[in-house]
Amino acid sequence: MTTAIRIEQVYKRFGSVHALNGVDLAIQQGEFFGLLGPNGAGKTTLISALAGLSRPDSGRLMIMGFDVEADYREARRQLGVVPQELVFDPFFSVRETLEIQAGYYGIGPSRQRRAWIDEILENLDLTSKADANMRTLSGGMKRRVLVAQALVHRPPVIVLDEPTAGVDVELRQTLWQFVRRLNEDGHTIVLTTHYLEEAESLCGRIAMLKAGQVVALDTTRNLLSRFSSHTLRLRTASDKPAQLGMTQERITQEGTSGWWTCAFAHFDEIEPMLARIRNAGCMIDELEIGKPDLEDVFIRVMQEQSHEQVRAA
Amino acid sequence: MNSLSIKPSRGFITLFYKEVLRFWKVAAQTVAAPVLTALLYLLIFSHVLSSHVEVHGVPYTSFLVPGLVMMSVLQNAFANTSSSLIQSKVTGNLVFVLLPPISHSEFFSAYVLAAVARGLVVGAGVLVVTTWFGGLSYAAPLWILVFAMLGGALMGTLGLIAGIWAEKYDQLAAFQNFLILPLTFLSGVFYSIASLPPFWQHVSRWNPVFYMIDGFRYGFFGVSDISPWMSFLVGLGCLLILSSITLSALKRGYKLRA
Repeated sequence: MTTAIRIEQVYKRFGSVHALNGVDLAIQQGEFFGLLGPNGAGKTTLISALAGLSRPDSGRLMIMGFDVEADYREARRQLGVVPQELVFDPFFSVRETLEIQAGYYGIGPSRQRRAWIDEILENLDLTSKADANMRTLSGGMKRRVLVAQALVHRPPVIVLDEPTAGVDVELRQTLWQFVRRLNEDGHTIVLTTHYLEEAESLCGRIAMLKAGQVVALDTTRNLLSRFSSHTLRLRTASDKPAQLGMTQERITQEGTSGWWTCAFAHFDEIEPMLARIRNAGCMIDELEIGKPDLEDVFIRVMQEQSHEQVRAA
Repeated sequence: MNSLSIKPSRGFITLFYKEVLRFWKVAAQTVAAPVLTALLYLLIFSHVLSSHVEVHGVPYTSFLVPGLVMMSVLQNAFANTSSSLIQSKVTGNLVFVLLPPISHSEFFSAYVLAAVARGLVVGAGVLVVTTWFGGLSYAAPLWILVFAMLGGALMGTLGLIAGIWAEKYDQLAAFQNFLILPLTFLSGVFYSIASLPPFWQHVSRWNPVFYMIDGFRYGFFGVSDISPWMSFLVGLGCLLILSSITLSALKRGYKLRA
């Protein structure tokens, strides 16, 4: 099967800033792929290079086997991009906007086009706004139109660049339901977001970018197990970890609140832990079990990179 | 998955259609207003000068009409490409045109043809409302059409260059005020260059807009300062040069693709 997106040794500089510094990535068809990183990490530059909005200094980018420079027409037909900024053309209605966008991709007026546009409008809850001018729409509605524009030519690969930034909970839910369905139908989805819980629940695989480089790339499950762990949080009057019968490295005190946190990898470690605490004669006032989350992974990966950069300097 | 039929040429047609629809939706501003401006010029100048001046044996009002029509064609063709592009750049919606599989030559042709269309619509409007001033003849209608289209394409291309280059509205305004306005006003819209001192006659011959107006006027009266063939060749040469510059900039993505 052709790789949906292949990125090979892509470099891009803006003045002295290395926006992309040797990025290599391969995203398979049907994946729901997350592209994460702090502001300025190079996510949008990478998407721009994929979409032909910017030209890399060197390297190669391919979409569904088509080179974004040499076969740009085919490559662009394979790709739908939801841009980060809330942009729109104030001269046109929602339907006109979609018809024009379809036309740009070579799709002329036809019954099939009208039916597909109607379907998108319905799925994104835009039917009632079809004839409204873009200027009159709320921010959330404009965001939906951006998604609709990216889908209007039925691309197999869809890139969503922070699609839920500044969007209310209801739209986020509607949007994710729709995008999940597209993914189930075989579309490859690439998502960048600052909402890590969204990436965690949606993406099967994640790449983390920092300073234009891929610093972590794995399945979401592997990243969570490698860089994060379950935690046992408990509140007790005891003030020394030794009294709880655990080694100092595994347990940390959370300020002076009486809460202690202990990381563990497997649930079968909990019972011996609690037994040691009981044997030490400690009374547990409260107890919580925390799941590993992508935020921990993200922070760990970014901190590790910062330390490595300091060491390299 | 994809049951939608695709025709590659549709991208160009759609972009052209979108550009025409864009100015047509605000026709009061893009068509009616310039027609009214041209009419006011005609009313004022003809009232002051008509009884005193004749040019090439033609009454001044009649002489003025083709000049005003062509000036409207040129200025509106420039305005169409330049304002559309700068608006799309500033608001960010140019991304919708840059993402699809539209080639640089299709992009160029669609924008310039839409500019020609607006120029012709406004020019026709000016011609219609000034008809009742009378005295117009149509000595060589084909030249009228050729110069209207050539002039529109020339200024539409220049507008595209300005739109690509400018990043802010004030940069575009500077381009318009310090280049386009002097070029059109000092091109023989209101006078024949034969009435100028030799030095200014010589300077006028370096202005490509002069050739467009002179050739266009020839189509009405059959007389001109320069042979219409010479004017056509100068206009065509300038269009080819400007088109090459614009196509090269679009191909490189100059100021459009980072």
